[in-house]
Amino acid sequence: MSASAVLLQFLNGLAGASSLFLLASGLSLIFGVTRVVNFAHGSLYMLGMYLAVFLAPRIGFWPALPVTALALAFVGAAAELVVLRRLRHAPELLQLLATFALVLLARDFALWTWGPEDMLGPRPPGLSGAFEVGNGRFPEYDAFLCLLGPSVFVALTLVLRRTRWGVLVRAATEDREMTGALGVNERWLFTGVFAVGAALAGLGGATAIPREPASLGVDLAAIADAFVVVVVGGLGSIPGAFLAALVVGEVKAFCIALGLERLVLGVEFIVMAIVLVGRPWGLLGRPPARAVPRRMDDAGFALDGRERLLASVAAALLLLAPLVASEYSMVLLTEIAVLALFAASLHLLLGPGGMVSFGHAAYFGIGAYAAGILLLKEGWPAWAALAAAPAASFAAAMIAGALCARLSDVYLAMLTLALAQIAWSIAYQWDSLTGGSNGLIGLWPKGALADVHAYYSAALALAGGAILFIWRAVGSPFGFALRASRDSQARAETVGIDVRATQWIAFSAAGLFAGLAGGLYAFSKGSISPESLDVTRSVDGLVMVLLGGVQSLLGPPVGAALLTWLQDMLAREVPYWRAAIGATVLALVLLLPQGVAGLVGRRPQ
Amino acid sequence: MKLEVRELRKSYGAFAALRGVSFEVRSGERVAMIGPNGAGKSTCFNVVNGQLRPDAGTVRLDDIDVSGRAPRHLARLGIGRTFQTAETFASMSVRENVQLALLSHRGRCGSLVANARCAFVAEAQALLERVGLAAQADRASASLAYADLKRLELALALAGEPKLLLMDEPTAGMAPQERSELMRLVVELAERDSTAVLFTEHDMDVVFGFATRVLVLHAGALIASGTPEAVRADPRVREVYLGSA
Repeated sequence: MSASAVLLQFLNGLAGASSLFLLASGLSLIFGVTRVVNFAHGSLYMLGMYLAVFLAPRIGFWPALPVTALALAFVGAAAELVVLRRLRHAPELLQLLATFALVLLARDFALWTWGPEDMLGPRPPGLSGAFEVGNGRFPEYDAFLCLLGPSVFVALTLVLRRTRWGVLVRAATEDREMTGALGVNERWLFTGVFAVGAALAGLGGATAIPREPASLGVDLAAIADAFVVVVVGGLGSIPGAFLAALVVGEVKAFCIALGLERLVLGVEFIVMAIVLVGRPWGLLGRPPARAVPRRMDDAGFALDGRERLLASVAAALLLLAPLVASEYSMVLLTEIAVLALFAASLHLLLGPGGMVSFGHAAYFGIGAYAAGILLLKEGWPAWAALAAAPAASFAAAMIAGALCARLSDVYLAMLTLALAQIAWSIAYQWDSLTGGSNGLIGLWPKGALADVHAYYSAALALAGGAILFIWRAVGSPFGFALRASRDSQARAETVGIDVRATQWIAFSAAGLFAGLAGGLYAFSKGSISPESLDVTRSVDGLVMVLLGGVQSLLGPPVGAALLTWLQDMLAREVPYWRAAIGATVLALVLLLPQGVAGLVGRRPQ
Repeated sequence: MKLEVRELRKSYGAFAALRGVSFEVRSGERVAMIGPNGAGKSTCFNVVNGQLRPDAGTVRLDDIDVSGRAPRHLARLGIGRTFQTAETFASMSVRENVQLALLSHRGRCGSLVANARCAFVAEAQALLERVGLAAQADRASASLAYADLKRLELALALAGEPKLLLMDEPTAGMAPQERSELMRLVVELAERDSTAVLFTEHDMDVVFGFATRVLVLHAGALIASGTPEAVRADPRVREVYLGSA
């Protein structure tokens, strides 16, 4: 590569880094002050893109940029006032779920307003040319982006250092409790931070439109990028976000330059995984001021009489279902049984384990692909391929668990997300093995399991048996040791428990059961695609667990049934089913924070 | 049982927190470690309990070198401990706390299918009786009064049948009446099994009322060691605590 080619790629990387910084700095600011992981940040970016594409022909491209940012500031402030303010003292997970409901609402709002087609943005007036750099050309607009990112960084730094508002933001980021104790009015600080963060995301989206079209899928892609930058830089650190955006932007640009396009989808997550393993608090982040205890009023995860009765009745009905149910309902019930196991395996991590995973779908997907590949390409019998699914996921989860077990809370969630995205990009790009973006089709088991009813019975037996085993294990000595490790790591160690090993085993076991669910899923659908392990499925799992209630063993399977049934019914009957689910989730979070299972189970003491 | 601490040294940057501290603790002794703020008590204590690794020096338990070993290894070798702010398992009932401690100490936490709630019920009850919590066995531990939480923590430490019990500020955060009750309980329990106790403490009534021997640290070095009476009369101790005037 010649010197001028290197320079050109460097400039490309810089332009990409500027966009990443605009996107990520707002997320970091919001997290730093409010400790809310705003899943909807990518949606704000997406709305920014659409709004700018809409406004540019009407008021002109350049005026559209500040107007979009301002509009998004109002959207962010409104989201804080209407939803998140009410959840200020709720567990982190519920806040997360609420922001995910906002993702669904924003997605369908964009669909309703602007339709499903991608929308191309205009060329920027006055900057539509390009500079000659050696043998290549560098667009003038990208040069503008290269300047915009650092300018925003400087402006933001000045605001944070020189204004009273900035001082309060920095104080709250350092130590929120102390700032509150000093009498700072947190309510308006939070609203303000949300407004500024959303404006930055909106500006990021608006300035991206000459480079890429506005599309509906941008929200989750953007949030994944933003998470990576924020985590690599250190949560809450604006200089960290700037540095991380530079690193990620340049690494991506040089991947393309070196002909490693295939790496681009996954490389930022590889960067993140490396950084987190070496520096668990990010490049410029610092360990949290005080450890947050992860205790949970879980009432011991024992099923009481009413819950046992309910579970038994449900099991009996499910066993008898093949006698009366239509083929269509059989397929749906199979899916419910399989996803109930997926939710139960995630709950083992979240509830008794106290470990939040944003990437649990990876193990579901690895199991599904293992079963599919062995059946289709290696000609294994269905039962053997099915047995290999949990084994493959177990192995993958052991490796991931070894990296993850020393991290806590948000960083753990982010590293699991990163690893899942790496798995996803492999599945998406390894055409010869995984079928790439199309996935694998024709995964029908032969022989006894070919019949829909028979497959349902087999899936129900395996998934039900596995769920019962998980429940049993939660009440076993190992399950107690796991809860003890969550409740008080220091005390657990001093009664002789190896906390890391215990959490590692639990992580691997959760992967194993997710893999079994994935294998069963692949054969029930007859196909498998990268969607089975993308971030949407991971979030679906979280929604199931939280919808059902994280404090009860019964909750996750109930939540799985409810969400799967809702998705199936709404997807058929309602044009904007995502928004309907989002609204349902939001209503449940605000009105029924114990989850649906809280209705039948005991109240926490 | 003999705990033998030899020439412990530990620095934080340029600040030497421990400058060669040596002492011994034997079965049946109750040893209080005292000293003004910054004297090195916490550092010394945390080296002994495995939370900190010394720069130099050794900690031996019955001639086994345990310096720098993880707390869970020390637990298996017979060192129990309590924390300055009581640490228990908040999501569990009082009985379950003790059941878990018994399961762990007896190496039974590998089981995935046994029912933990049925394990060691009688022994857990007996332990709770010894610390006076039998009547509260079914309560959620998170709902206990602080003094009772301290008793529960003691039961957790005793579940491992320790030869040595380390107590970091055992009576911090308690009312005077509760302090002496807790310490009387500690004495009673320790004497029954001739368990050695090593504790740090700010409250001098507790120190002089319940210790059989007192160690005084000052500026990272041991300046006195002896019976409470001898230490009380030691001129250097008086100088450190009262000033040279």
